[in-house]
Amino acid sequence: MTFLTQVLNGLQLGSIYALVALGYTMVYGIILLLNFAHGDIIMVGAYISWVAMASLGLHPAIAVVLSIGGCALLGVLIDKVAYAPLRNAPRLSILITAIGVSYFLENGAQLVFGADAKVVPAFVDAPNIVVGDAHVSVIAVITIVVTAVSTAVLTFLVQRTKLGRAMRAVSEDMGAARLMGINVNTTISFTFAVGSALAGIGAILYSMAYAQATPTMGIMLGTKAFVAAVLGGIGSIPGAVIGGLLVGFAEVLVSAIGLSVWKDAVVFALLIIVLIVRPTGILGRTMNEKV
Amino acid sequence: MPNKHERSVLVQMETPNLIPERDLGQIPVLEAKHLGIDFGGLTAVDDFNIAMGKTEISGLIGPNGAGKTTIFNLLTNVYKPTRGTILVDGYDTAGMSMVQVNKMGIARTFQNIRLFDKMSVVDNILVGFGNQMGTSLATDLLRLPAHWRREREFRDRAMDLLGIFDMQRFANTEAGNLPYGAQRRLEILRALATEPKVLLLDEPAAGMNPNETEELMENIQKIRDEFQIAILLIEHDMGLVMGICEVVGVLDYGRIIAKGTPDQIQNDPQVIEAYLGKQEVI
Repeated sequence: MTFLTQVLNGLQLGSIYALVALGYTMVYGIILLLNFAHGDIIMVGAYISWVAMASLGLHPAIAVVLSIGGCALLGVLIDKVAYAPLRNAPRLSILITAIGVSYFLENGAQLVFGADAKVVPAFVDAPNIVVGDAHVSVIAVITIVVTAVSTAVLTFLVQRTKLGRAMRAVSEDMGAARLMGINVNTTISFTFAVGSALAGIGAILYSMAYAQATPTMGIMLGTKAFVAAVLGGIGSIPGAVIGGLLVGFAEVLVSAIGLSVWKDAVVFALLIIVLIVRPTGILGRTMNEKV
Repeated sequence: MPNKHERSVLVQMETPNLIPERDLGQIPVLEAKHLGIDFGGLTAVDDFNIAMGKTEISGLIGPNGAGKTTIFNLLTNVYKPTRGTILVDGYDTAGMSMVQVNKMGIARTFQNIRLFDKMSVVDNILVGFGNQMGTSLATDLLRLPAHWRREREFRDRAMDLLGIFDMQRFANTEAGNLPYGAQRRLEILRALATEPKVLLLDEPAAGMNPNETEELMENIQKIRDEFQIAILLIEHDMGLVMGICEVVGVLDYGRIIAKGTPDQIQNDPQVIEAYLGKQEVI
């Protein structure tokens, strides 16, 4: 294993975490909800790919579209059915609902697909490229490029479009946004759709790397991405990317020095340290308590 | 247009409303009839009536806690009235959402400034323009030239609005970092961007120095003249209220205790006692 390979591995894993963390951060940014079902949306995305390719024999490109579209739809549906009725309820109620949705999706998947892992067929036929003495994984390169493009599109969307401005306005002051003519419900649905679509992209990239779908695959992935989002400063888009890459690199580094059993512990230790030193995360803003 | 030196000729409407003569013969742009709201057992506002001409500037004054901001919250459907009706351009707004009321033509500012602090000044105004931009996500992402053209067009319009208060240089500043007075002015511009027929200003001069207030008075009149809209304002600065308002209503304990021209209000003994205290302040 050369240095370049490790860097690529770190970037690949970090990219997947970053994509998932972006979804966490967007939903938190707009309705202050830690959407614990977010990781399970990825699981559903992986199963959609498996059904599309392994059961129905569809072209991988169609599987990609179905996974991303399916995840976006699922995200909006979860919001409409489970979260929207609790918009004015105490925040704890909606948080517990999110945990409930998470269990529902995991156990639902187990009921439908069984507990054993399904092998997701390869999306692309990608042999490794040898550069000097390093093996460069094409899938790693695809993952990194797709993440970079997704982040760029998301940034454009949030910063330079009407819907993005509406999202930022709603996240700052829902009441004032309404009085300025912003349809808050549409804006929230849109946020869920985009966040979940990113989870769909994450699902495909994850399936490319690990080629299997299990009902509980979203738990650890979601938790790590949550750590990434908090690490970077929850609510911040660049923060989610930085946090995701940091977590990815930390894991790869720990594994590379032969301590792979410790990799999860290191990620969570990293979270604890950051929260002690900088409670709002790396790019999080310090909150000014209004008196 | 009338200014603070020549008073408007007022016409008695269906009691107890007054509107400027020039707006007579048109449907009042904003009308409230016997409006009231109770919070629990407490009556916060009772039997509030107003009819605003299309280009009228009116003021609502009264001691703290009299219910002035509550009236703004009723007029913008933040609160659902316990009694009474609100008509915007003759249409009953009962059951409408805050968004619909805004689309009907009511826009407001807030007593405690509520800008989108982390967004740039120009983005705050663009949020206000939102409903006119009428773009779809598909156009935004797939037809980039059209998207940029529209963004530029509305950015230019936002800059024009900023020009009213000579604030173009702040366009890319984060709204939260603006000086206090500029934040108040930006809130007015953001509300104007939604193309209102009635602009509700909640203490627009709060925290401004006398020079800024003087300038604000001129600008409020300029806005009315240029956009041909009605402006209803809540204000504690008597100079401003008496200077630019054509009709002044005095609220005390949720009820209008007097209504009339600034001159009538200043000489109304009931007002002097209830609001200004025993001593003659003005």
